[in-house]
Amino acid sequence: MPKYLLLKRYRGGPEPHRPFPPMDQWDPKDVEAHLAFLRHVTEMLTETGEYVDERALTPARSFVRYGGEDAAPVVTDGPHPETSDLVAGWMMVDVDSYERALEIAAHISSEPGPGGEPLHEWIEVRAVMEPGAPIESA
Amino acid sequence: MSGAESDGLDEGALRALVPRVLARLVRSGEDFDAAEDALQEALIEALRTWPEHPPRDPRAWLAAVARRRLVDARRSEAARRRREEQALAEPAPEPGAEPPGDDTLFLLFCCCHPDLSPASQVALTLRAVGGLTTREIADAFYVPEATMAQRVSRAKRALRGRRFERPGDLAVVLRVLYLTYTAGDTGRVDLTGEAIRLARQLTLATDEPEARGLLALMLLSHARLPARYDEAGRIVPLDRQDRSLWDEREIAEGVRVLQSALAAQTDERPPGRYRIEAAVAALHADAPSAEEADWPQIIAWYDELVALSADPVREDPAAVLGRAIAVGHVLGLEAGLREADRLRGGLGGRHRWHAARGYLLERAGDPGAAAEA
Repeated sequence: MPKYLLLKRYRGGPEPHRPFPPMDQWDPKDVEAHLAFLRHVTEMLTETGEYVDERALTPARSFVRYGGEDAAPVVTDGPHPETSDLVAGWMMVDVDSYERALEIAAHISSEPGPGGEPLHEWIEVRAVMEPGAPIESA
Repeated sequence: MSGAESDGLDEGALRALVPRVLARLVRSGEDFDAAEDALQEALIEALRTWPEHPPRDPRAWLAAVARRRLVDARRSEAARRRREEQALAEPAPEPGAEPPGDDTLFLLFCCCHPDLSPASQVALTLRAVGGLTTREIADAFYVPEATMAQRVSRAKRALRGRRFERPGDLAVVLRVLYLTYTAGDTGRVDLTGEAIRLARQLTLATDEPEARGLLALMLLSHARLPARYDEAGRIVPLDRQDRSLWDEREIAEGVRVLQSALAAQTDERPPGRYRIEAAVAALHADAPSAEEADWPQIIAWYDELVALSADPVREDPAAVLGRAIAVGHVLGLEAGLREADRLRGGLGGRHRWHAARGYLLERAGDPGAAAEA
């Protein structure tokens, strides 16, 4: 029953399999089809008992760090805002195996893009670290 | 959570009634799926109303309300029929049924059907045998209630139409209880306590020594939980735990259960994995410090554990590492490291390999190399 985080990106990650323009340049009908597909994935995963949560993130971001004693927090947009990695959203699933997480991610990646063609978008799959099991050997 | 009293309601006692009432409904010919749903509704109703209006005969109350729900469900299926009001009178006490142990075993075999996925087996067991609500199970596994509800109903759909006359697979039941235990001492619902309660019920229902071995293993591990985390919530390794925090009563019970399990074995039936792991845990529980544990005997138990797998390095890296650490204690650092190195190539064993190397090197007084490991 491990949990996995599936990540979508605005940019970054491996070389796109088939480059596509940003979503704000798509035909509105294609956007609607894309979102309907993702809603359907959520319904399907709830139905299979594997859905945990999901959120889309806006592209705006700030980096912030502790500024030191009596100093204000330091805030920046990051060194290379146009080239760095930018997460667009995440979904968490609770599945029986890593293979099943890959299967779900691949299905998401088949989502329709411009013209209704499959997007082939790279989806990052990350295992959630589980708390240590309360039985220890040694 | 488990067995806790809130507002004068003994939830533990209420939940213990669930498998008994459910088994009776199913044995009387009700469909498992529908009966389990009806009883879940009755349970939620009981949690709501009993604190104010405790019933005279709790078991009869649960059975009567569940039966009424079943009738209602059938009625709403036959949509046109006029609803007939039923008085909410105190039902007559139920006549005596099968011994409770048989009910538990019967239901565990239903819920731990080998065709279901482990996640479904655990969820269904906690609901139908443990008497937890869907919400509580969802909380324990950090998933939404809707997801858990679907997991339960899919599992039950998969069971529909199957007959439960033949005995099920006890090994699967034991694995489900083990998974339940290991799923949680950190969640919002204490699954370790719940697993112990179910394992205890199981040992009343079967003489299988591995069931007692599993109960002993859980008790002996649970006894050490108070020493397992430091104030910052970090895991404290066994050799550094404050043993005065260990629960002595639980250890005594675990040792007693283990002894009865080991006494039941013969040459033809060597101990299985739970008895072996419990035996190792008991040897640690018995020692005033990690150094003073009976390490030669621990090696002997690990030999048995490793021998259970055809390819231990791949199938049971934890056993190989446990053995390496024991070897390190008895035969010294070099021998222990050699044992641990068997795991070096295995993907799943890699973090364990590092951890064991670190442990062995630190014990040998080489903190620099230990930190590197």
